[in-house]
Amino acid sequence: MIKLSHIKKIYETSSGPLQALKDVSLTIDRGEIYGIIGLSGAGKSTLVRCINMLERPTEGTVEIDGQDLTKMNEKQLRAVRKKIGMIFQQFNLLSSSTVYENVAFPLKLAGTDKKTIREKVMPLLKLVGLEQKAQQYPAQLSGGQKQRVGIARALASGPSILLCDEATSALDPQTTQAILNLIKKINRELQITVVIITHEMKVIKDICTKVAVIDHGVIAEKGPVIDVFINPQQAITREFISVLLSDELPSAFRQQPVSKEPIEGGHLLLRLTFIGESADEPVIMQLIKNAPDIDASILFGDLDQIQAIPYGRMIIGLKGSAEKVEMARKWLEKQELKVEVIGYVRRNDTALV
Amino acid sequence: MSEEMILRLFEALGQTIYMVSVSMVIAALIGIPLGVLLVTTAKGQILECVAFNRVLAGIVNAVRSVPFIILLVAIIPFTRIIVGTSIGTTAAMVPLTLAAIPFIGRQVENSIKEVPYGLIEAAQSLGATPLQIIRHVLLPEALSSIVSQLTTVIIGLIGASAMAGTIGGGGIGDLAIRYGYQRFRPDIMLATVVILIVVVQLVQFIGNRIAMRLNKK
Repeated sequence: MIKLSHIKKIYETSSGPLQALKDVSLTIDRGEIYGIIGLSGAGKSTLVRCINMLERPTEGTVEIDGQDLTKMNEKQLRAVRKKIGMIFQQFNLLSSSTVYENVAFPLKLAGTDKKTIREKVMPLLKLVGLEQKAQQYPAQLSGGQKQRVGIARALASGPSILLCDEATSALDPQTTQAILNLIKKINRELQITVVIITHEMKVIKDICTKVAVIDHGVIAEKGPVIDVFINPQQAITREFISVLLSDELPSAFRQQPVSKEPIEGGHLLLRLTFIGESADEPVIMQLIKNAPDIDASILFGDLDQIQAIPYGRMIIGLKGSAEKVEMARKWLEKQELKVEVIGYVRRNDTALV
Repeated sequence: MSEEMILRLFEALGQTIYMVSVSMVIAALIGIPLGVLLVTTAKGQILECVAFNRVLAGIVNAVRSVPFIILLVAIIPFTRIIVGTSIGTTAAMVPLTLAAIPFIGRQVENSIKEVPYGLIEAAQSLGATPLQIIRHVLLPEALSSIVSQLTTVIIGLIGASAMAGTIGGGGIGDLAIRYGYQRFRPDIMLATVVILIVVVQLVQFIGNRIAMRLNKK
């Protein structure tokens, strides 16, 4: 378990002190894939470096399995770091060493004999799918392959934690997916706790179990990924989510005044969010049965998965007498889904032209 | 050109090679660690010690700012302590070495500075000690560049060794001045220049080849 308590980090710069982290507390349980998302400069890289003490926090404590790292000297820290693997955006491989030597590097540092090194390195290369590339140099590899070497190297000393600092940010989407799958596999098969730093909500959505949103050196929001996705509390969180899930209205309703009160000839726009089994329910059909005198039109629909949980989003427009529309809305709110009222908007068909 | 003259040329070439190679080896043994210290003791580096770094940099700059011809004669007492004499080829090696050390130090410093900081961070995350980082990360990663830089230093030393004649050091450059210039022998002058060009070309060629071999980027 990783427990960060009241972490503060202040850098002394020529233009005065710069507070990179202001009172950050975070608990990461064993076996989790914990995502920390933030914009550049939010302090997320500093935060992840506090976990293995590459950066010493100015204040606060970092506990790993009950041991306080902030009270350790360099020698003790080096021993602890062997149990915390780390991978980087720029891979940081030794360009003058082969793939094999790079993966063997942490073992060589620990003074392991050659035979043991071989017995450990080859299975790792197999795990990351690079046993054919053992004698090549990093410059001969693609970005994704380089990151695989980085992962194998990070795992060589048998860590219980893997820190990923923007590990997929320099990779294309397909390669990103492959690396994320590999990280997931490592988490599952080797029971390694993973901490992922990213600026991409997609990474969080695809593999994280929990997420913390960091903004200007503070944790703006944290919790299980599904909860944060469905019910974001902070503007910054909504902004990250909106990159994946568009919040825009259909074009015919865009740039139209939105009114809280019913307006003549207007639609009541509702945003519906389905989670889990309710995503499979025939809600719209039942709505039409239960509120027969209104026009219900689906303006936007999207079905996705978060942690293998189906997650659907829909924008519907209801048109009819104010009373009937209100009834339909109340009926929807009783169903197993989240209803958000956008407001009454008049359709502007000229926008379609 | 008489046979005697040809013999003299060969002897001078031997002296140059002797002076430059011995000075170079000794200077590299001291200069490379110096370069490492110049980088690693700077602010924010793995062996941070800013005061020490400033003193070191100050000494390096001071030695480098003395013109070689002046260094050659200025340190005569020191040369006598080290090699027991202040004249001759062996005596010339002391100032050559002394001049090469800070030169190598700065060149190695530049080479090591090119190693991305991320590599140091990665090694730290794997539990490497500062000495392990120097031995397994900084030096191997900078090696190709260091070889290129040392090639430049060798060529610089060949040039500087021409002044060794001032204290009776001999060598090709000395021969050129005494015979080619002072005795008006353009044939000797031409021969020494050709020899120097060939030697420098050869050094540069070998240096480039080794550097290229080592560079895996």
